[in-house]
Amino acid sequence: MAPNDSDKPIDSMIGPNAEGALGAVSQDVIWNHDHVLDLDDFSFEEIESVISLAGKMREVLDRRIARAPILRGFTVINLFFEPSTRTRASFELAGKVLGADVISVSANTSSVVKGESLIDTVKTLSAMTADAIVMRHEMSGAPYLASRYTRASVINAGDGSHAHPTQALLDIYTLKQRLGDLKNKKIVMVGDIAHSRVARSGMWGFSAMGAKVVLCGPPTLLPSGFSVNERPAHARSALPDVDIETDIDVAIKDADVVMALRLQKERQQGGLLPSLHEYSRLYQVTSERLSKAKSNHILMHPGPKNEGIEIGGDVASGSNSTIEEQVTNGVAVRMALLYLIAQKNRGRIN
Amino acid sequence: MNTVAVSTVLDDVAVGRTVRRLAHEIIEFHDGVDNIVLVGIQTGGAMLTSLLVVEIEKIEATNIPWGTLDITLHRDDLGLEIPPVTLAGSNLPDIDGRIVVLIDDVLFTGRSVRAALDAINHLGRPEAVRLAVLVDRGHRELPIRADIVGKNIPTSFGDKVQVTYDDQIGSSVVLLRQEMINDGT
Repeated sequence: MAPNDSDKPIDSMIGPNAEGALGAVSQDVIWNHDHVLDLDDFSFEEIESVISLAGKMREVLDRRIARAPILRGFTVINLFFEPSTRTRASFELAGKVLGADVISVSANTSSVVKGESLIDTVKTLSAMTADAIVMRHEMSGAPYLASRYTRASVINAGDGSHAHPTQALLDIYTLKQRLGDLKNKKIVMVGDIAHSRVARSGMWGFSAMGAKVVLCGPPTLLPSGFSVNERPAHARSALPDVDIETDIDVAIKDADVVMALRLQKERQQGGLLPSLHEYSRLYQVTSERLSKAKSNHILMHPGPKNEGIEIGGDVASGSNSTIEEQVTNGVAVRMALLYLIAQKNRGRIN
Repeated sequence: MNTVAVSTVLDDVAVGRTVRRLAHEIIEFHDGVDNIVLVGIQTGGAMLTSLLVVEIEKIEATNIPWGTLDITLHRDDLGLEIPPVTLAGSNLPDIDGRIVVLIDDVLFTGRSVRAALDAINHLGRPEAVRLAVLVDRGHRELPIRADIVGKNIPTSFGDKVQVTYDDQIGSSVVLLRQEMINDGT
């Protein structure tokens, strides 16, 4: 500052902003995972570590040439037994931005079609010296099985109705960007809870961050045993403490965050719903219903969305919606995870 | 048995003097500060940059754009040294068409500067990139040299040059750690 204009405020736009400009906030990274299978074994500090790194990765991603080749020589294999647009593209991009070699294998064009088992497929990819296998499978628990037969780190990109940890992490990152802190925030997940791996991983992640989670949907799409009171004694701590509500208008009241979940039409053969029309009338997240949430509420959807079924088209593209932010943040979170796994494999995290 | 000798190469008064001279040299080198952006390499260079910004703004009576650059993700020494897992992060103003004065505290092998040049290349297209350092200790492994040097310190390859910063009083000290071979007498 010049002595003759010392009363002039420092132009905060031209220097780094106060938050961590000089690396003052670079707290130690806490990370204990060889694999990323679900968030049920993630501590608050571990989630914070991922989110903090994701913020730094987002800066790299926003560069004109998004390339920071710290993962040169690191091989990521995407192994997808189920369709995916955003998760697969997101992992591919995350790996490539960091300079890793990324290849994608779809089950329907692989030797799985010839009858090769999951274990053999994983062993084969492992023998090609894959460092990380990103796996999506229609069977709950498949990545856990795979992780026992490979030296590579397995990242669960969605297994059946069970878990989708990277989605939950990107949702937490997106919410922290908007809200700063999730403590005591009311997060309502609406829709097909029974089939939703997003809801299950979200429950763990949001609860670990101190949020209050409410699950809402028709009784046939709410799994029994989710409510603490319905759980048998031995399973009290098997899931985080969440509230269950079948009336969407009650659930949404004063919510900080509303997450609409995709109605999984491909998993609706069991006659759980009388009709799609009735479902959308009773459970669609509409602007009218959102008016009961907090005025600065955040609307999320993990995608892909069925507009006009679980979510109204107008609110999906409204100013409270973070749907596109979630997608961009997803790449940053997956960059952070690949980086952490690589550093752990290289012996840089004990 | 070997012992480590620690000597103070520049005390806080000397560092203060050198930083002021660096500030003057940066201004002189560029005929003012019109089009320049100071970019400090995390984390030592970033601390030094914050000191230089204060001095330059005092001299030129104007605000000067500056930023910080984390080069961890651009390093080439994986498997040799242990880079930090934690990232300090980058925070830069627009560098397109400007003269970037890259700042680091100690210039040694030149590999950090190489990584920083890569990162800058991905962030935009500056008109030119200059390099200013507090200490040049020699032993370059790449064809890189500094345009502006605070102090040249002759060292052995195995020596360590450490710049310590005190946030509270904004002063810093340059220490030289040398491993002395004790001949047993």
